[in-house]
Amino acid sequence: MNWAFLQGLLSGVNRYSTAFGRVWLSIVFLFRIMVFVVAAEKVWGDEQKDFSCNTAQPGCHNVCYDHFFPVSHVRLWALQLIFVTCPSLLVVMHVAYREDKERKNKAKHGENCQSIYQNTGKKRGGLWWTYVLTLVFKIGVDATFIYLLYHIYEGYDFPSLIKCTEAPCPNTVDCFISRPTEKRIFTIFMVVTSFICILLSIIEIIYLIVKRCHECISSRGSHNSRSIRTHTMSSGSTLIAANTLKLGSKHTPETPAPSYMVAVS
Amino acid sequence: MLNFVSTPAMSWPALYAQLVRVNRHSTSLGKIWLSVLFIFQVMVLIVAAESVWGDEQSDFTCNTLQPGCENVCYDQFFPVSHIRLWSLQLVFVSTPTLLVSMYVAYRNRGDKRRLIQGQEEELETLKERKLLVTGALWWTYICSLVVRLLFEGGFMYALYVVYNGFQMPRLVQCNQWPCPNLVDYFISRPTEKAIFTVLLATASSICMVLNMAEVAYLIAKHRVQRQTVQDKD
Repeated sequence: MNWAFLQGLLSGVNRYSTAFGRVWLSIVFLFRIMVFVVAAEKVWGDEQKDFSCNTAQPGCHNVCYDHFFPVSHVRLWALQLIFVTCPSLLVVMHVAYREDKERKNKAKHGENCQSIYQNTGKKRGGLWWTYVLTLVFKIGVDATFIYLLYHIYEGYDFPSLIKCTEAPCPNTVDCFISRPTEKRIFTIFMVVTSFICILLSIIEIIYLIVKRCHECISSRGSHNSRSIRTHTMSSGSTLIAANTLKLGSKHTPETPAPSYMVAVS
Repeated sequence: MLNFVSTPAMSWPALYAQLVRVNRHSTSLGKIWLSVLFIFQVMVLIVAAESVWGDEQSDFTCNTLQPGCENVCYDQFFPVSHIRLWSLQLVFVSTPTLLVSMYVAYRNRGDKRRLIQGQEEELETLKERKLLVTGALWWTYICSLVVRLLFEGGFMYALYVVYNGFQMPRLVQCNQWPCPNLVDYFISRPTEKAIFTVLLATASSICMVLNMAEVAYLIAKHRVQRQTVQDKD
C-alpha cells in the first residue's frame, strides 16, 4: 500500500492547521504510517502460514485461525489510519468551497467589491466549527479502534499458545501463534502512539476554544473601552494577519474604525 | 510492500487524475462522491485485496486427498472472486464521468474553432471556463449519474446473488465430480472477508445515496430555474 498517495492529498491540509495539528500529522506519518509500512506489515506477513496447530485434521487450522483472529491487527490499523487522516480533507474541501464562493461573488459584483471572507483560510465561523468537528471525529476514530482492538483480542497481549475446540477439530487442540513477542511490542507501540494522538487532539480542541473565548472577551472589552490594545496571536499558520482591526470591523461595520495598535507575532 | 500502482490491470492514480479533471464541472455532491469513492472504496479495496483475499485459493483447505476435487469445488463456490467484482465495479462506475468529459471536450472544440476564427475571447478564459450545467450538458450529466447508479446497484446485487448474501461461511460442502462423496471444505479467513464485504457494500450504498441526492438536486434546481424564467416572462 503506497501511503505516499495519502500524504500528497494531506500536504495541503498543513496550511490550515494549528501547530498542534502539524505535530499530530507528523506523528501520524512518521510514527504510525511509516512504522506500520516498514515493520508491522512484515511482522504480520506470515500470520496464517506460521500459525501451527498440533493436529492433522484438515480444516482445523483454518477454523481455529478464523476463531482467534476475526480481523487481523494490520487490517484494523490500516483502516484506522485511513479513517483518521480523512477528516482533514473536510477542512480542505471547506476552504475550497469558501474560495469558490468568493470567486463567484467577485464575478457577480466586480473585482473591487467587499470580500465575503477576509481570509478564506483563517479559522473563523463555519471553518472553525468544521476544524473542531474533524478533531472530535479523529478522537472518536482513534478511541474506537483502540477499544475494538482491546475488545476483540481481550487485551493487548499475545499468548504463545492458544487452545482451540472449534469443529472440525476432534478435541482440544494446541495452536501456536508466530512471533508473539514482536507482535506484542508493535501492538503496544501503535496503541501508545494512538493515545498520544488522542491527547494532542484534545489539547488542540482546548487551545482553539480558549483562543476563541479570549478573542471574544477581548473584542468585547475593546469595543466597550476603545483603548489601544495589543494582541498576540500564534496559530502556527502562515496566514496570520492583523486581528483587532478586523475584529472591530467584523462586529460593528457601521461605526468608524478606531485606531488600534496592532502587534503581530 | 504492496504497491499502489501494481494492483492487477488498473492504474488507480491515472483514473483518479481523470476523474478530478472532470469533477470541475460537477456539483458539490459530485465532489463529495469522488472523495467517498476514492478514499473508502479504492483504499479499502487496496488494503484488503492482496492481504485478505491473497491466499483464498491456496488456503482453501479440503478434507480429501482426491486430486482435482479442490480445484473443482473452489471453482464451484467462487465463480468470480470478490476482489475482481469490486475492481470491475469501480472501473464501470467511474466510466460515466468520461461521458461528461467527452461532451465537454466536444463543446470546447467548437469554441476553439470560433476562437481561431477570431470570434471568441482569449484561449485562457476558454480553458478555465467552467461550463454551466444547462441544456445538453445537464442531460449528459443526469444520464451519467443514472448509469452510475445502475452499475453500483447492479454489481452489489450480483455479489449478493453469487454468494447468497454478504456473509462467508466457514465450511462448505461439495460433491462435484471427481470428489468421491460429500467433502468438507474450509474457507480461509471467512470472518475478515465478511467484515470487508459489509464495509465495501456500505460504502457502495453511501455512493448510491449521494448519486440519488445529486439527481434530485439537479432536477429541483432545473425546475426552479425554469419557474423563474417563466415568471420573468
